Amino acid sequence: MNTKVLAQLHSGENCKIQKISAGFMATKRLYEMGLNSGAQVKVIKNDIGPIIVSLYGNKIAVGRGLAEKILVEN
Amino acid sequence: MNTIALVGNPNCGKTTLFNALTGSNQRVGNWPGVTVEKKEGSFKFKNQEYTVIDLPGTYSLGSFSEDEIVARNYIVNENPDVVINVVDATNIERNLYLTTQLLEMGAKVVVALNMIDEAEAKHIEIDIKKLSEKLGAPVIPTVASRKKGIENLISKAVELINKDVDYKAHISYGQNIDREIENIKKFLENKRLNYSPKWLAVKVLEGDKDILNMIKEKDEQTYNSLESIIKNDGFENRELEIVDKRYEFIHSITSAAVKKPKENVVTLTDKIDRIITHKYFGLPIFALIMYIVFQLTFAIGQDLLGGIIGTGLEILGEKIDSLLVSINAADWVISFVIDGIFGGVGTVVEFVPLILVLYTLMGLLEDSGYMARAAYVMDNLMRRLGLQGKSFISMIIGFGCNVPGVMSTRTLDSNKDRMIAILINPFMSCGARIPIYLVFISAFFPDKGGLVLFLLYALGIFVALVMAKIFSKTLFKGEASYFIMELPPYRIPTAENVLRNMWDNVSEFLKRAGTIIFAVVTILWILAMLPIGVEPYSQESILGQIGTVIAPIFKPAGYGTWQAAVGLFSGIAAKEAVVAILGMVYAGVEEGAELVKAIQSAFTPLSAVSFMVMTLLYTPCAATLGVIKKETNSYKWTLFSAVYSFAIAWILSVLTYQVGRLIGLS
Repeated sequence: MNTKVLAQLHSGENCKIQKISAGFMATKRLYEMGLNSGAQVKVIKNDIGPIIVSLYGNKIAVGRGLAEKILVEN
Repeated sequence: MNTIALVGNPNCGKTTLFNALTGSNQRVGNWPGVTVEKKEGSFKFKNQEYTVIDLPGTYSLGSFSEDEIVARNYIVNENPDVVINVVDATNIERNLYLTTQLLEMGAKVVVALNMIDEAEAKHIEIDIKKLSEKLGAPVIPTVASRKKGIENLISKAVELINKDVDYKAHISYGQNIDREIENIKKFLENKRLNYSPKWLAVKVLEGDKDILNMIKEKDEQTYNSLESIIKNDGFENRELEIVDKRYEFIHSITSAAVKKPKENVVTLTDKIDRIITHKYFGLPIFALIMYIVFQLTFAIGQDLLGGIIGTGLEILGEKIDSLLVSINAADWVISFVIDGIFGGVGTVVEFVPLILVLYTLMGLLEDSGYMARAAYVMDNLMRRLGLQGKSFISMIIGFGCNVPGVMSTRTLDSNKDRMIAILINPFMSCGARIPIYLVFISAFFPDKGGLVLFLLYALGIFVALVMAKIFSKTLFKGEASYFIMELPPYRIPTAENVLRNMWDNVSEFLKRAGTIIFAVVTILWILAMLPIGVEPYSQESILGQIGTVIAPIFKPAGYGTWQAAVGLFSGIAAKEAVVAILGMVYAGVEEGAELVKAIQSAFTPLSAVSFMVMTLLYTPCAATLGVIKKETNSYKWTLFSAVYSFAIAWILSVLTYQVGRLIGLS
């Protein structure tokens, strides 16, 4: 187990969300989209621009700035 | 009549289901006080008529956005007889989040488990009986796009209307929070607050501002005691824990009722996305698609259909003119009908095809799922300019008309992104400005039309981006901006949805043409006729005098004539009026060769360019200002928008003219 931020992961890696340390509104929106602590996500694409993750097989794009604030373990 | 409300996440097929339920019995309006679109329809079942209300698509029923508040207030205050909750079967975990909230509110819910065919194709097995059992609400599988399961859904919904049921999802929020909920509940009971106390208690703990304000207004004492309970309970992230627990509840349901394949199959969507969202190809593909959209819009909408309608209107105008003459109508009647109505509203109607084609194409892109990808590929670039990917979509829509452009900024979550997107939208050259450019182009640059148009559009985008950067560094400095967006699977758009959406927009435009623009044209015509006895549209008319007063402002820009000033003045009312007014004041005609000739003698190529720069950038039209007021809910920002864009337009127009003169153009 090691803790990173979502933005550091490479395409194809799986992880579990630990903690989100963004602003309240952004955190709440992430939670409501299903990206809450404990959620299992897979990074689909991380090159330039937002990071695309797959959550239960559905894709969500998360801005890079926000992805820096999502702590994950993988 | 019984009412049924439709609720669901964005992209769950709710609109398609609404269409399947109601067919052509639909009305589109606005929710009172807000700009959220309200769709209403009806259907008949066993000789009974039922009203269906399509609530805005939301992920949650908090007070996060206007959409959520509208949806929530409707369910709470209007008490629909049944709520149909549309759930995307391929994305069941996330969609059930909204379901749990509905159940908690005590609403009578039927779940329409939509796109069940897609779920099957993805090998997702859903045990419908178990799901319904666990949720405590009936679940009906549907495929709205193929009208499957609709009968079942209707009969279930109708059955529920007459049944007394008490669904409550019994979500445990953990010992501590549960205890606190009970505690708060006691405070709220017997306070005649109109809502279920349990639901209110949860909302209070979630820190829901809208609900807290409501309690404060109704009963300040209760509010104060609640506040002190919350302050002293020692929780830190109560709100988030509540969300977590809801998901825990959902997982307990899905783990029993839903089986998903271990490894996700690589879908067609994945394959398409590899190309469309590619690091290097993404942007060029987007540019190409936009290029095609605009080419088609102008080729089909303007040149082909617009031409036909224009000719038709001309013939009709002539027919009516000779008819009026033959019945000896008074001169002022003829002038009003021909100059006023045909000149003003007619030019607007010529745009309908353009808008029709643009919205059809945009609807195709939206429904296919491409728009979300466009926002994704643009995000990186836009971020450097102080914007975000989704802002670009509102800019593109602004090319059609700034009114829907400004309205579409609602998809932006953060205040900063939204305000900036609203303030720069009017720099996107809308369809109504095109005829102005076309007149000047045919007067001075007949063989460089495409280039001039391209440069004007580019200038608009450039100014918008520069201003966005400046705003994000000054007025909205430090405010948070973030990007979260679902990338729905690609789907083949249904003709019904696309055409309906297009028609909603076009009829909105026509309504505007019939009301605001008609009123504007009438007022301008009256101003041009008064005082009685003057030559209509002359310098002595009120309109001419207004022009004379403001003309000196435009002298440094090279067109300080009262006629040009009158044209610009009328453009603040509606950009569509500019060409018609210029035509009347310069040549006594609305358009055509005589106007072009008049423009050639009144302007130089340089002052023509300077005038086009001005029309591109200056104060948005009244309708746009109106919608800016609605969306920002602030006269201050509306005034700011009107004034700063005028200032920028003036500066750039003057700069164009003066620099042009210096380097010897003119």
